[in-house]
Amino acid sequence: MTSLFKTEQLKKSYVTGDTEIHALRGVTTEIPSGELVVMLGPSGSGKSTFLNILGGLDQPASGKVLFKGKNLANLSDHELTYYRREHVGFVFQAYNLVPSLTALENVALVTEISPNPMDPLEALAIVGLKNRANHFPSQMSGGEQQRVAIARALAKRPEVLLCDEPTGALDSETGIVVLSALMKVNEAYATTTIIITHNAAIASLAHRVIHFSDGMIHHVQINETRKTPQEIAW
Amino acid sequence: MTPFLSVLNKKLFRDLLNIKGQVAAITLVMAAGIAIFIIMFGVLDSLKLTRDTYYDRYQFADVFASLKRAPEAVKDRISEIPGVSVAQSRVVFGVTLQMESMLEPATGRIISLPDSSPSLLNKLYLREGRMLFPNEENAILADESFVKAHDLSLGDNLTVIMNGYKRTLHIVGIVLSPEYVYSIAPGALMPDSKRFGVFWMSRRSLEAAVNMKGAFNDISIKTERNVPIEAILSQVDSILKPYGGLISFAREDQLSNFFVSNELKQLEGMGSLAPVIFLSVAAFLINVVMSRQIATQREQIGMLKAVGYSNKEVSLHYLKMVLVITVLGSIIGLSLGAWMGSGMTQMYTQFFHFPILKYSFSLEVMILAVFSCTLAAVIGTLFAINKAAKLPPAEAMHPESPAIFKVGLLERIGADQYLSFTSRIIMRQIERRPVRTVMSSVGIAFALSILVFSFFMEDSMEYLMDVQYGITQREDVSIGFVEPKAAKALEEIKTIPGVLMVEPLRNVPVYFKNKHFKKRGSIMGLVSNPLLRRVIDENLAAVTMPNEGIVLNKTLAGILQLKVGDTVEVEILEDKRQTLTISVAAITQEFIGLGAFMNIHQLNKVLDSTPKITGASLLVDQNHSALLYKKLKAIPAIVGLNITSVLRQIFEDIMAENLLKMVATNVIFASFISFGIIYNTARITISERGRELASLRVLGLTRAEVAYILFGELGLITLLSLPIGLFLGYSMSVGMTESMDSELFRIPVYIKNSTYGYAVLIVLLSAIVSFYLVWRQVDSIDLVSAQKGVE
Ligand SMILES: Nc1ncnc2c1ncn2[C@@H]1O[C@H](COP(=O)(O)OP(=O)(O)OP(=O)(O)O)[C@@H](O)[C@H]1O
Ligand SMILES: [Mg+2]
Repeated sequence: MTSLFKTEQLKKSYVTGDTEIHALRGVTTEIPSGELVVMLGPSGSGKSTFLNILGGLDQPASGKVLFKGKNLANLSDHELTYYRREHVGFVFQAYNLVPSLTALENVALVTEISPNPMDPLEALAIVGLKNRANHFPSQMSGGEQQRVAIARALAKRPEVLLCDEPTGALDSETGIVVLSALMKVNEAYATTTIIITHNAAIASLAHRVIHFSDGMIHHVQINETRKTPQEIAW
Repeated sequence: MTPFLSVLNKKLFRDLLNIKGQVAAITLVMAAGIAIFIIMFGVLDSLKLTRDTYYDRYQFADVFASLKRAPEAVKDRISEIPGVSVAQSRVVFGVTLQMESMLEPATGRIISLPDSSPSLLNKLYLREGRMLFPNEENAILADESFVKAHDLSLGDNLTVIMNGYKRTLHIVGIVLSPEYVYSIAPGALMPDSKRFGVFWMSRRSLEAAVNMKGAFNDISIKTERNVPIEAILSQVDSILKPYGGLISFAREDQLSNFFVSNELKQLEGMGSLAPVIFLSVAAFLINVVMSRQIATQREQIGMLKAVGYSNKEVSLHYLKMVLVITVLGSIIGLSLGAWMGSGMTQMYTQFFHFPILKYSFSLEVMILAVFSCTLAAVIGTLFAINKAAKLPPAEAMHPESPAIFKVGLLERIGADQYLSFTSRIIMRQIERRPVRTVMSSVGIAFALSILVFSFFMEDSMEYLMDVQYGITQREDVSIGFVEPKAAKALEEIKTIPGVLMVEPLRNVPVYFKNKHFKKRGSIMGLVSNPLLRRVIDENLAAVTMPNEGIVLNKTLAGILQLKVGDTVEVEILEDKRQTLTISVAAITQEFIGLGAFMNIHQLNKVLDSTPKITGASLLVDQNHSALLYKKLKAIPAIVGLNITSVLRQIFEDIMAENLLKMVATNVIFASFISFGIIYNTARITISERGRELASLRVLGLTRAEVAYILFGELGLITLLSLPIGLFLGYSMSVGMTESMDSELFRIPVYIKNSTYGYAVLIVLLSAIVSFYLVWRQVDSIDLVSAQKGVE
């Protein structure tokens, strides 16, 4: 299996006031194409920072981050924009839907600028929200909003789907629905999917689990057998 | 690539709709800024164009001269002066009018019209009736303003005393003349169409009536383009000197035109500074509001970038939002401006008695107005977008990182322990964002300042009149004689019942010269320490007439570039025509006119031997005034009678018709802009803090406590703005009066406390109304959706 992402000695730090926080202290790893990857680790261990760099939302301080052999660290802001537009689907922790747009329109916001999108309604159908297409975010529950966010991410048929705590704010049943949707997409379209979570149980769904601690990868675990969302204890 | 109604455009319209109150307020401010710009410049340009067209079409002369009497042949010598294209001789004669309706006497001027050919210069515009037939006797054309002031109509008769004889003249036509846009009596400062009328009569008839057969005593000249007027003036003077010629003068010294120019200059001072200030204030507000509005969209900007929208696309999206507002504001501003501007131009053409009307709304002015507002908005927007777009999207998507709270001033001085928890939130908020607080305060201060600046003019005019008619001109009545009289005439006037006090006046027309600085004017002779007509200094204290030398007011001294101790050359324009050199004894402050004063004894001495007077100031017993006026009216030697209270009334009327109209317009627009600014400030604060405030409610704070936090902050911002605004308003007023200074009068900066009070009151009321509107909106947001971040 070819690897989609490859990182080498990835470092990133933030300076706030007079303290410097090392969010990433040299992360070297590989993520094969088509896998469902789960990232675990304590709060503040650098998971989001890593994901954001993979997604081209942020630049590393040093090190390499290769997407299909191309180093994202060398890309200009403009090139990164096109990288995100064409290859990456994001699901954010805070949903980040546009409150003044309906579910359908929030999805269309992305399909309009993608080269090879699916019909927004189809994307909503995948997450089971076809009948809520014309509802505004304020009329939906957190889980429903998160599913719209997933539909928005996958509607562009991205090569990689990056999800930062997609179930963090959801109850177990809704979490199962959301996870099932993600797994379905991963299987159906072979979309490489990376999910950050605090729920260790979710790790059993993944092909590969990356454990973070203190800005580094502690270890990587490969699951020989995977559970289904319905099987896991929440 | 994206269809017109792309999702992003839908978002745009819904977002605009969502903040419609604010959109309306910004649009209003911008429309007001643009409209007032268009109105004022439109009115000024139109009036100037109308005046120029009128002068041009009706052949208003370039040079004027009057003389005692010259044979008609002298006119041809003047026509031959190089650079003169047309010269027209006339007979001009002063008359006394017997108006039944008036207690006091009125005077008039009859001007001849050629019989054999149409008039070449200073042509008349016929409003009603007909022109004169050649050689027509006892028929006159009357100036429209006099006809209106006396409610006369065609066919009415007028009794005049002309050259000592009583005659009845028949009005056959009502006319307007470019030469008498305003009819100002000789020596008067202000037009008074009730007490001074201008009439036109057949030359032949007038010659016969006043013994001027084959002669003339007045000449108007049209010069060729681009010839130096000075050369022509001096040649005319040398030709006319043997015939008792007074110094000839160019258009700018012609009384009516002088007055028109001064009025226009004042309008210009007022009409160009105000809109520039208003537009700048509007632009400032739009800039601030736009940048803050965009700043509230920071997370959405981050998200759009995260999902692959480029900086350009994101910027364009928000620019469109701004452009919708600016286009809306521009359309409303331009239409309002053009509509009100043409209405106001019409009012002013009536005020100026122009018979024609030319609109001039220049494209440049419109473009400038729209462009500056749009630019301000676009800059504000781009600034904010840039700030948000510079952040990596990952960071932008997070709510702004919790502000760094340092131990602030309050804690350091230990005041925090005395403040409630909610008060501390207010203080920290203000301390945390000092720039934003200051910007908000400056915005409201601007609102306050333009109110002060719009209101102050009335106070200043009132003050000016109080000083002029209460401290300077304390006489009840001033009278003028046909010709200078022996000083003993004063004794006669004193005996008229009702006269309580009399002081002599001697007014001498002169020509002042200091090197190449020249000015026509007159010297007023006063007693050493006059009690009625006085001259005052900067502290409003009476100035004693010195035994030697001349006292000039600041404006005249400025024109002539003279200071105390300098000498001024004075050419006397009557009798012996001496040229004197007089030292400047003092320079005084006067609001009106170009005053020059001397001790009357000294004046008599330097001119000739016998003491003479040309008029007198009277203090009268108000109980006997009616009888007194009747007596005075019966004295043929008296040509001018000015009642101080009437003068003040005329002045007030002219002000009310001219300046105060603009003042009223300014006040209206200033109020709109102020409200817009305050509402926006309140609204923006909410969108910035709405979620935080809703969280506080969720945490269990009561409505009242949240309201207190919100309005405490806005209230402090407003309070902070008050002193800044009052100071700014005062400074703008000073700037405005300086730009309005004219030779005719200077406006002092005088602002009543009550005016400051009104301005503050309007700001506070706007604040309260805005707070209420905003609160209603905050209160109507349910806590749940507030937590979801829906605005
Ligand atoms: N914009 C920023 N400015 C300063 N420090 C930051 C910023 N973003 C992240 N950090 C810091 O970097 C470190 C790693 O943060 P990151 O968000 O990657 O952690 P995380 O593993 O995702 O944590 P969590 O599970 O709580 O989401 C943390 O200590 C965090 O405080
Ligand atoms: Mg995280």
